[in-house]
Amino acid sequence: MTQLALVIDLNVCVGCHACVTSCKEWNTAGQAGPMTDQRPYEADPSGTFFNRVQTFEVGTFPMTETVHFPKSCLHCEDPPCVPVCPTGASYKRKEDGIVLVDYDKCIGCKYCAWACPYGAREIDEEQKVMKKCTLCVDRIYDTNLPESQRKPACVLACPTGARLFGDVHDPDSEASTAVRERGGYELMPEWGTKPANRYLPRRKTRIHLHEDELTRADNPLKKEQQPKAELDKPTSDEFMPW
Amino acid sequence: MHPAFSVIFLTVLAGLGQGLFLAMTTAEIYDFFELLPVDPAPILYIVGSALSFLLLIGGLIASFFHLGRPERAWRAAAMWRTSWLSREVIIMPAVIGLVFIYGAIHYFDWNPVFLIREGAPPVRLSLVVGVVGTVFSFGLFVCTAMIYACLKFLQEWHSPLTVLNYILLGGASGFVLATALAAYFDPALTTFYGGWAIVLTVIAFITRGASLIRNARLRPKSTPQTAIGVHHDRIVQRSMGALGGTFNTREFFHGAGARLMTSLRPIFLTAVFVVPVILTAAGIFFYSLPLLVAAVAVQVLGLLVERWYFFAEANHPQNIYYRTLG
Repeated sequence: MTQLALVIDLNVCVGCHACVTSCKEWNTAGQAGPMTDQRPYEADPSGTFFNRVQTFEVGTFPMTETVHFPKSCLHCEDPPCVPVCPTGASYKRKEDGIVLVDYDKCIGCKYCAWACPYGAREIDEEQKVMKKCTLCVDRIYDTNLPESQRKPACVLACPTGARLFGDVHDPDSEASTAVRERGGYELMPEWGTKPANRYLPRRKTRIHLHEDELTRADNPLKKEQQPKAELDKPTSDEFMPW
Repeated sequence: MHPAFSVIFLTVLAGLGQGLFLAMTTAEIYDFFELLPVDPAPILYIVGSALSFLLLIGGLIASFFHLGRPERAWRAAAMWRTSWLSREVIIMPAVIGLVFIYGAIHYFDWNPVFLIREGAPPVRLSLVVGVVGTVFSFGLFVCTAMIYACLKFLQEWHSPLTVLNYILLGGASGFVLATALAAYFDPALTTFYGGWAIVLTVIAFITRGASLIRNARLRPKSTPQTAIGVHHDRIVQRSMGALGGTFNTREFFHGAGARLMTSLRPIFLTAVFVVPVILTAAGIFFYSLPLLVAAVAVQVLGLLVERWYFFAEANHPQNIYYRTLG
């Protein structure tokens, strides 16, 4: 069975919010739209987003690391938000595991948002229905788009390639490989929701420089050993009035 | 959580209505077994069921204010197999209907004998409807409470005490109200109802107190470490990804300070339990209707505070992601 999901590499995310804006741009005009805003140009703007990038500081200064943390619906394999929905508007697709909301059935009771430990669901204050990441379901199957474009908008927008998209049940997919080989983990595993989206941890990258690499001890031309130019003497530029 | 007034009024009013209906059917059942000093006056049943009906309707109306799309509320009956909210949506009109039928039976005095057995008093229709209504009322209490108790990561709610509290608080308030009604319409039953009101209020005090103690000792299972998967002792949020707040900051934070929260606790414990017990006992002793009415008023106001506190007390794990605006 297919389970589409995102794998987000926290090691390369730079917190640029390109995934946030591209998500909003695509989805507000797409099948899941509009994503309405309230007071967008005033002091306390608010609006509907499927994806947000948060920033955490880990450690005590100066030994700190900044972790940019994109958060959207994790498309749990055992989604707690689905069984609580009284109308059946919230559902998980059998064919690809995407958790979706049927806006025509949603009564806006917000119970599913209470039932999501991740806070991934946000009500649209204008349409009064619950909204959440659709994994760009209107895009990933669109045969009018070239094959390479059939990915969620956030994945295509990410400038550092921090977001991988694929079937996490297929052991050979890029997403599964990344989870397996780079220590992909689940958020809040304590609740047994089995989120399909995984995160790849920060990694320590160190460059080891040895003295002989700097002094080029093994240089066959031994350029460093050639006599230095005599600086006090006039150069040919000064010497020759062109 | 941010307490929504629609849900506060829904649970308090419907609980009071169900409790009052249970008080009526309790008298009916006691009367069947001839355990009451006198036969209850029909007017008590009529007024009691009418008031219960109105309170339940009031709760139902309040619940609509919670919905973003109230015109689609009928759809909420669909998922009764999995959703406690859906079950509540189905059982609530059933209870309202049974309360109405029960009241109508007494009002029109159309109470045919349902069953006759040798050596036993005849079972009348009102008793049958009353017993069925009692079962449904308990079912509605369970559904209402399970909406909250089934959410396992809202640890403050995820406890059998939540169900017990909804049943006992609704029952206690209903019997306190029934005591005041009895004092006016059928004084012979004042002691019967008053006794039950005091017993239920005391038991409810024990279970509600137990849940307060339990919740004070809770340790949140989710931490910033599990929330973002970084295992370091010190994780501070610098930005939540939004400047002006979001649905997540509005829906899941009550916004009250810690001092208000701690000061509300003794207020509602006094208003819901201590004062009504004293007033009811004094009301029975001195046979004073104003004292009994005051007991109802104080308890209902206290229950509104208690319900506000119930919602505000629950700490949603998503709040870990929304600690710093920016």
